[in-house]
Amino acid sequence: MQTFFIVLILGLGFLITFQIAKASEYVGIMRGEEKSKKQTNKINAFLLLVFLIGGMIGVYYCNERLKDKILGAPASDHGVYIDTMLYITIAITGVVFFITQVILFWFSFKYQESDKRKAYYYPHNNKLELIWTVIPAIALTVLVGFGIFYWFKITGEAPKNAMVVEITGSQFKWEFRYPGKDKILGKKYFKQIDDAANNQLGQLWDDPANHDDIYITGEPMHLVVNRPVKLVIGAKDVIHDVGLAHFRMKMDAVPGTPTTMWFTPTKTTKQMREETNNPAFMFEISCDQMCGRGHFGMRGEIIVENQEEYDAWILSKKPKYFSVFPDRDPANQKADTTKPAAAPVARN
Amino acid sequence: MSEATHIHPEVAVSHDVHHGGDHGHHHQSFITKYIFSTDHKMIGKQFLITGIIWAIVGGLFSVLFRLQLGYPGQTFPILETFFGHYAEGGLIKPEFYYALVTMHGTILVFFVLTAGLSGTFANLLIPLQVGARDMASPFLNMLSYWFFFLAGIVMLSSMFVQTGPASGGWTMYPPLSALHQAGDGSKIGADLWLVSMALFIVSSLMGGLNYISTILNMRTKGMSMTRLPLPIWALFFTAVLGVLSFPVLLSGAILLLFDRNLGTSFYLSDIVVNGEVLPNEGGSAILYQHLFWFLGHPEVYIILLPAMGMVSEILSVNSRKPIFGYMAMLGSLFAIAILAFLVWAHHMFVTGLNPFLGSVFVLLTLLIAVPSAIKVFNWLTTLWRGNIRFTPATLFAIGFVSLFISGGLTGIFLGNSTIDIHLHDTMFVVAHFHIVMGVASMFGMHAGIYHWFPKMYGRYLNSTLGYLHFWVTIVGAYLIFWPMHYQGLAGIPRRYLDKSSWLSFNEFGDLDKMITIVSIVVFAAQLMFVFNFFYSIFKGRKVTNPNPWGANTLEWSTPINPGHGNWEGEIPEVHRWAYDYGKDGREFIPQTEPIGANESKH
Repeated sequence: MQTFFIVLILGLGFLITFQIAKASEYVGIMRGEEKSKKQTNKINAFLLLVFLIGGMIGVYYCNERLKDKILGAPASDHGVYIDTMLYITIAITGVVFFITQVILFWFSFKYQESDKRKAYYYPHNNKLELIWTVIPAIALTVLVGFGIFYWFKITGEAPKNAMVVEITGSQFKWEFRYPGKDKILGKKYFKQIDDAANNQLGQLWDDPANHDDIYITGEPMHLVVNRPVKLVIGAKDVIHDVGLAHFRMKMDAVPGTPTTMWFTPTKTTKQMREETNNPAFMFEISCDQMCGRGHFGMRGEIIVENQEEYDAWILSKKPKYFSVFPDRDPANQKADTTKPAAAPVARN
Repeated sequence: MSEATHIHPEVAVSHDVHHGGDHGHHHQSFITKYIFSTDHKMIGKQFLITGIIWAIVGGLFSVLFRLQLGYPGQTFPILETFFGHYAEGGLIKPEFYYALVTMHGTILVFFVLTAGLSGTFANLLIPLQVGARDMASPFLNMLSYWFFFLAGIVMLSSMFVQTGPASGGWTMYPPLSALHQAGDGSKIGADLWLVSMALFIVSSLMGGLNYISTILNMRTKGMSMTRLPLPIWALFFTAVLGVLSFPVLLSGAILLLFDRNLGTSFYLSDIVVNGEVLPNEGGSAILYQHLFWFLGHPEVYIILLPAMGMVSEILSVNSRKPIFGYMAMLGSLFAIAILAFLVWAHHMFVTGLNPFLGSVFVLLTLLIAVPSAIKVFNWLTTLWRGNIRFTPATLFAIGFVSLFISGGLTGIFLGNSTIDIHLHDTMFVVAHFHIVMGVASMFGMHAGIYHWFPKMYGRYLNSTLGYLHFWVTIVGAYLIFWPMHYQGLAGIPRRYLDKSSWLSFNEFGDLDKMITIVSIVVFAAQLMFVFNFFYSIFKGRKVTNPNPWGANTLEWSTPINPGHGNWEGEIPEVHRWAYDYGKDGREFIPQTEPIGANESKH
């Protein structure tokens, strides 16, 4: 019923608008076409000026309303570069935006049709055109220069002391793997992925590097503050994307083609909770690449903490190898070691 | 039968009498005149009206998914009436939302702003403005429309299959779009999407080849390339872009069809979907993105260039001044067309692309800002010291320039890979491309429609409704898309239909509501325009002056309602460029007027 009324009201609104429009056309013809044309011309020229002023106020108001809702200071070193680049760009484009929009609407208003003025025949001026080819080119050179400088800093090789964490996306969850004491992620092969055999990532158990790898799912990824981290990113089914808004980082997770990105978190979760005055604050991992019906809820979490807290957490975790082969776990030393391991066939 | 034989000799006679001149007096049945027409003007109108219908569908879809964004979780019982199990209990389900988003993008980008825009105006304007009786191949031209129509039918049918239409986004990235198991939208709907796209590409190739050959070969006497009006140059570069880049999308789509149905592994490798291990190895999902964006980026300019060309013409005519820097306008169109092919990977900065390659694409991408800046400054100078008449077309042209500035500048953010890391695939991207490509081109299209409607139908559109249409649309467009940039700066990803489970992204509830309400108002204003359009075809005020805007170009030298063949008698000869406005104290000098003895040079 409510919908019906809305449709009815809209329909009536339409009808009234149309009748007024039609009437105004007739009235215009009756009053003399030239005269009414001049009047609408004046009204529209004035409205263009109003739009310019209103628009500029709107831009200011919008910024006042929304600037505090965006993320605040970046929580990684690369985030600082990216924000700096952002501010440089806002400054340069902001000036251009302001000047060109003002000129556009001011000219439109000022040079509205008038009997007193004749249009000025002005087909070209090579000097002017040269000037406004060269000035944008210089401005862009600055932007490209800064941009590429930061880009290579961000996408360059990760420092040697970086910790390595693997992150794997699948519809619609994130799974993590830590390399363990040897600091090497063991080999894996997608055909070994088998939830029933407790091998969610397809680790190859005959690679000794896999024996100390720690698998984490259903809880946040833990990172150490001020220590670079290199994420090794993969996907099982479709393309996902590891989006870390607070760190300003992002990289696609592509099935069949591992990608990497690195950054250094500079603020702990606790610090962020204090800064944002929000005791529930969490660094979030968002999927930024359309991946299916659950895309909008593909959420992961990251906890950034100091080294001691991290060490305590990682020590509480057991390598995956031992939960797949409990008999090889040193904690179960008395287990029967003669039983053949149900290790999957390895690929070389 | 007897009638036919009776008529025939008359036709033959009339041919003898008007030899080489009038082609407008063929007897035409309803079918050959309005349906399988080979008249470029009628084909243009067919493209336009089909485009308008698709625009209503695509626009309605955006209103529906905006409802979900503005009021997440709320029920709209009326939706269940129309969409059945997709909106059970009136709730917009994720599958439905993604289908709407995907169809909105596909329809608006391809059917409205490619076929509806360049299909309409290339067909209408090229023969009329270069001085030709019709396209180089009228039959191919007719086929071009009917392949487009067929593509539309296939796309429409995909909306009625049980599992719904494609819903992997308008870019249709595999593996999501390649794997039946990955979701409902990746089932038969995806096949239909690909088939529809293949038909669409055939259509646009036939159209494009025709436009190019007509412009190159069929110009009237005296119409040298540098005397062509700017819309023709823009449509020429558009056609070249389409002819060179659409085949690449075709290959991408066909390989995807193979991967979906024939077990090939072009795009697939190492995939475990829903616990099922697939045998495919060795393919690359990124390959598709290269093929897609090799079309996809030129596509942006396929959409934008015709609007730029028409805006140049309309601003010049209505400020009663020559377009400033004709050669620079032409050169910048050329530069944009070349660069359009060299920047596609800026859509792929975060796919794991080699960073060095990325930096090359940053440079090439930001280079586009130079010709774009030239165009903007030239438009501004065209307005300077003019004598501007604010017809609805002029207003839309001014609106185009404003939107092109706003959206172009945010492109400088996204084209810079460093900033793109943060903004990629966020609402910032949505805001950027809607302003610069979507709304701006739509403004160009509206400007074109208001300006050339008298030529199409011999009547005027109601201009009061036209002014209302313009003001609601420009204010609405800025209200919708300007604040959306802030959502992007906050890192909110695209295609999130409900942000309530997120801590970082749930601050914008009020904003989303506001945007939804404004988008409904703007959609209503477009419906009002559509009404105005169809009403005015039949009841609009009649055109009495064959040259109502006082313009120089050749289309206004035809009769008010030109028949097939456009000019009665000889095709006029051209003696000057199209922009002699305000020269030597004369308001305008048509292209057909010979250069006077005492005329000043420019």
